[in-house]
Amino acid sequence: MNFSGLIQDFGPLTIAGLTQGAIIALFALGYTLVYGVLRLINFAHSEVFLVGTYACLIVWGFFGLDQNSATPGMGAVIGYLLIGLVAAILISGVTALAVEVVAYRPLRRRNAPPLAFLITAIGASLFISEVVGVLTHRNQRGVPNLIRPTDVLVIGNMHITNLQILIIGLALVSMFALDQFINRSRLGRGIRAVAQNPDAAALMGVNKSRVIMLVFLVGGLMAGIAAVMYDLKIGVTRFDAGFILGIEAFTAAVLGGIGNLRGALLGGLLLGLVQVYAASLLGSEWLRAAAFIILVLILLFRPTGLLGESLGRARA
Amino acid sequence: MSTANGKTNGRAMRGLFGRQPVAVRVLVMVLVAVAAYMLPYVGSIPLIGPQIITQGIDWPSALFNMSYYVLLALGLNVVVGYAGLLDLGYVGFFAVGAYCTALLTSPDSILKTEWAWLYSIPIALAITMVAGVLLGWPTLRLRGDYLAIVTLGFAEIIRIVATSTDILRGERGFSSIPHPPGEGTDGKPIFGVADATPYFWLGLTVIILVILGVRNLDRSRVGRSWLAIREDEEAAEIMGVRTFKYKLWAFAIGAFIGALGGTIWAGNQNFINSATFQLQFSILVLAGVVMGGSGNIAGAILGGALISYIPDRLRGIEAGGVDLYEYRFAIFGFAIILIMVLRPQGLIPSRRRAMELKDREKEVAPQ
Repeated sequence: MNFSGLIQDFGPLTIAGLTQGAIIALFALGYTLVYGVLRLINFAHSEVFLVGTYACLIVWGFFGLDQNSATPGMGAVIGYLLIGLVAAILISGVTALAVEVVAYRPLRRRNAPPLAFLITAIGASLFISEVVGVLTHRNQRGVPNLIRPTDVLVIGNMHITNLQILIIGLALVSMFALDQFINRSRLGRGIRAVAQNPDAAALMGVNKSRVIMLVFLVGGLMAGIAAVMYDLKIGVTRFDAGFILGIEAFTAAVLGGIGNLRGALLGGLLLGLVQVYAASLLGSEWLRAAAFIILVLILLFRPTGLLGESLGRARA
Repeated sequence: MSTANGKTNGRAMRGLFGRQPVAVRVLVMVLVAVAAYMLPYVGSIPLIGPQIITQGIDWPSALFNMSYYVLLALGLNVVVGYAGLLDLGYVGFFAVGAYCTALLTSPDSILKTEWAWLYSIPIALAITMVAGVLLGWPTLRLRGDYLAIVTLGFAEIIRIVATSTDILRGERGFSSIPHPPGEGTDGKPIFGVADATPYFWLGLTVIILVILGVRNLDRSRVGRSWLAIREDEEAAEIMGVRTFKYKLWAFAIGAFIGALGGTIWAGNQNFINSATFQLQFSILVLAGVVMGGSGNIAGAILGGALISYIPDRLRGIEAGGVDLYEYRFAIFGFAIILIMVLRPQGLIPSRRRAMELKDREKEVAPQ
């Protein structure tokens, strides 16, 4: 137990936790959206994220960027970032749709029991991560140094880098946009309607199949953004990166209240903080165990999460 | 299921085999068991034999691999197939069993007990059952998918603890775990390093005992309670089935069988470390159970054998310059989707389970 270290580095740890939490929160949105509408855990969402982490690397590779190339100029960096984001978002979105069509739709037609969905999703997840694993020879792949972390804001011993500001800012902007989309737009109203009562929504003329596809797509887009930020922050990616972070993202979704978009943000940020604090207190090898222990505790004492489930109806 | 066609359904519950007299059924079962014991010599059958045996790994070792996969599939079948609880962390129990044996027998352990392999088994089994109950006590109140994630977390925590605590020695692992006891007529130990055949026979014997136990449980009050819980937990609870108690039982029995597999495996390998117990392992066994036909002993055996046999058979075979063994998990991932979509009841389905699925299909609302 290293309490003095925790207190001394409280500021820097908090910033690190919030950065990690922002990525987790964006990732968690995919779980929360699908759960809100289908009442199912999309186990394959972690692989939707994984393909995103590779998609932007491959596109950057087309421009001759690898982990050894020098940091380009300011304008070029913004260009590359946008291109990487678009690539990751596209590929992640398409993967999410493919998972829906291949692993979920045939079972939905047949009214299969919920466990069957989980098993096909596990199959899809295993398939994608293993194919990526074999294609990359299970090696990690380095990320080009697009952004060299430099301090832009110093408060006490808290050094906030440009990268951290970018990640937290981008996450907040995407979350805000998504929140507006779900609450204001016509399509968002359709999503909320299906989440609340699928049969009534269908009777009112909402196309349920389209709403489900939309939900997978939007979750995939958010995972794509999270994937680019993960690449920039961690600096490497590997075939099992999605699986590890996926469990954390799912924990975050449950922590905030699964099915609740704002809950995912709160849960993600909180989980990021707790993980960083736990790692400082107990040692970094316990960082991953912390997520699971929190998950078990929430499920035991407050299974609806901190903010409750709001996208859909009350838990059956 | 309405009362009017209850009779036909009753008949449909039994296949051709089930309608035979008891004597015939017992005879067939004994013949199958004898045939299973002869499997190590299958390579000497002309023409067919060489096609069956593995190339990249010696055949008795492949058979032993199959035997502990089958054992795990049987245990997971109790949890997933009978009680309908999706456990994604089954490898956790396997690990607890193997680690208990290692701690009690290996000279590397801080306990310094260095017991014989056989004496460690009862303790390993007891501790793992307690672990099953300890995991089940808080988590079995959760429903389906939540339970799945929490059990997944359990297996990961066990792996993390094994990696990062000194007592469990992490990657360094435990070496010199003793082999099972016994000497042949020539004074050499039966369970040596060179030949895996005795291990296969040991595994097979344990499998047969487990089958007998599980089959009787399934036909008892416990088994009927599991069935009720699987089909409709609320209805079962209202009818007076103590769902929590029986779910806990399913977990404890699953843990027991998993630990059996773990101890036998530790006795064969001599060495375990924390890198052995990857999560893919649990998912592979689950795939086997679902593929074979969950809720059915024959299905679990077939599924468990296949998930071990197919990769071992693929080992050392190249197709278009790639080693197929590399792709085994990807192939399984794809196979799981295909099977769930095309044949959700599995290769050898439990008849009752297949009817449940058919029932649900009728309820489907037009999309």
